[in-house]
Amino acid sequence: MTDLSSNNYAIEMNNVSKSYPLFELSNINLKLETGNIMGFIGPNGAGKSTTIRILMGLIQQDQGQVRVLGHQMPDQQVAAKWDIGYASEDMRLYSKATIAWHMDYMKSIYSSWDSGYAKTLLKRFDLLDNHQIKGLSHGQRVKAALLLMLARRPKLLILDEPTTGLDPVARHEILNELMDVLLEGDRSILFSSHNTQDIEQLSDLITFIDKGKIIASQDKESYLESWRRIRLTINDDTKLPPLKGIVEQRRSGHQAIITTKLFNDELADIYKGCGASITSVENMTLEEIFVSEVQSSRLLESQTTGGLK
Amino acid sequence: MSLNFEFILSQTDGRPMYLQIMEQIKRQVTLGDWSQGYKLPSIREMAVASKVSVITVKRAYQELESEGVIVTQQGKGSFIAQIDNLSAQIKEQEMDKYLKQAIDIARSVGMNAKQLKMRLAELQETNSPNKTIKSEKNND
Repeated sequence: MTDLSSNNYAIEMNNVSKSYPLFELSNINLKLETGNIMGFIGPNGAGKSTTIRILMGLIQQDQGQVRVLGHQMPDQQVAAKWDIGYASEDMRLYSKATIAWHMDYMKSIYSSWDSGYAKTLLKRFDLLDNHQIKGLSHGQRVKAALLLMLARRPKLLILDEPTTGLDPVARHEILNELMDVLLEGDRSILFSSHNTQDIEQLSDLITFIDKGKIIASQDKESYLESWRRIRLTINDDTKLPPLKGIVEQRRSGHQAIITTKLFNDELADIYKGCGASITSVENMTLEEIFVSEVQSSRLLESQTTGGLK
Repeated sequence: MSLNFEFILSQTDGRPMYLQIMEQIKRQVTLGDWSQGYKLPSIREMAVASKVSVITVKRAYQELESEGVIVTQQGKGSFIAQIDNLSAQIKEQEMDKYLKQAIDIARSVGMNAKQLKMRLAELQETNSPNKTIKSEKNND
């Protein structure tokens, strides 16, 4: 049996690879525990959508194991999809039909359809069910598609850029609804976004992807906690040691700015021992960390490949 | 959601979100809205109400527990600690935090304890905002 009770993970990817002529997704390992939200961040073309399509069974991986809600993918995708709600930027709805028609249609397919919740969502999203899809704005269309997905009450929500191109009000309405999903502890969400602020606020887990490789995947609190920007006051002859975890080190005049991904309290003592004094130790936003992480990972790659590419 | 409170966190506040949640909970205590033995919302409810992730709220609760502000009973939930003068203690802790910062800055600009005390007394007399101490280091 491959039911949910056999493991605690909504998503498990082990050493998953997929090659295209000009792009390679290599050795992807991802785990999303049931009841959590994972924010999936990467630059354009990093492999986010390819990863998500593999999770949905829309593309078959060349190598590696994928389990979603305990189902082997893509072999058991039919069984898995009853409990997955998937939404992407280009969600297709019938342009001539109304929202109500779509709601009836979903109701006829999914026994889990919750009519009462669907009505509540109509109100919260400020939509009218007698409106035709073709007359809706982009934001309304996204909200309609999310409504159709949420009212099925899926166990796992996979959202590919759900808030891209939305105005701030619509974005908030959607994010609030996502949080409500989590009130029931057995439901999980994976969402990709360019908006690191949304991810920083909502996610339990953070995964960064760049150039087809996972460069970090960790629980958000300990991840944010391990990054710091340290400002030092130094003398002309102060030598700063090359410590493990330092991502960037800049000196200008009597100031030095250190960015580290392995922060601990002993660092302050080490720098003091070198004759520097600590001006400040700053937390970093997820966006700042993301940029640092991508840049340092690319730098490392160009060094190991001899700077080609 | 029918919780009778809502925490609104600041996105321009540079501090981590778990610290902001801790502060908001402490404020509920110092304002007298949540008294001794008050049962806090569950971690999940708090996450939904304040629109932050579960793991962030979990961290905030853990830190509050280690500070002694709340007590968690396995299977029952978290409660505001049964401590007399909890509210006063929290306010004192808050103030100590700023005073410690002032001490650190004083040290970094070479001020000794006596000078700092005098400076504090001066400021109290003129009733200036306490930020003056901070800007001092730039004149160094």
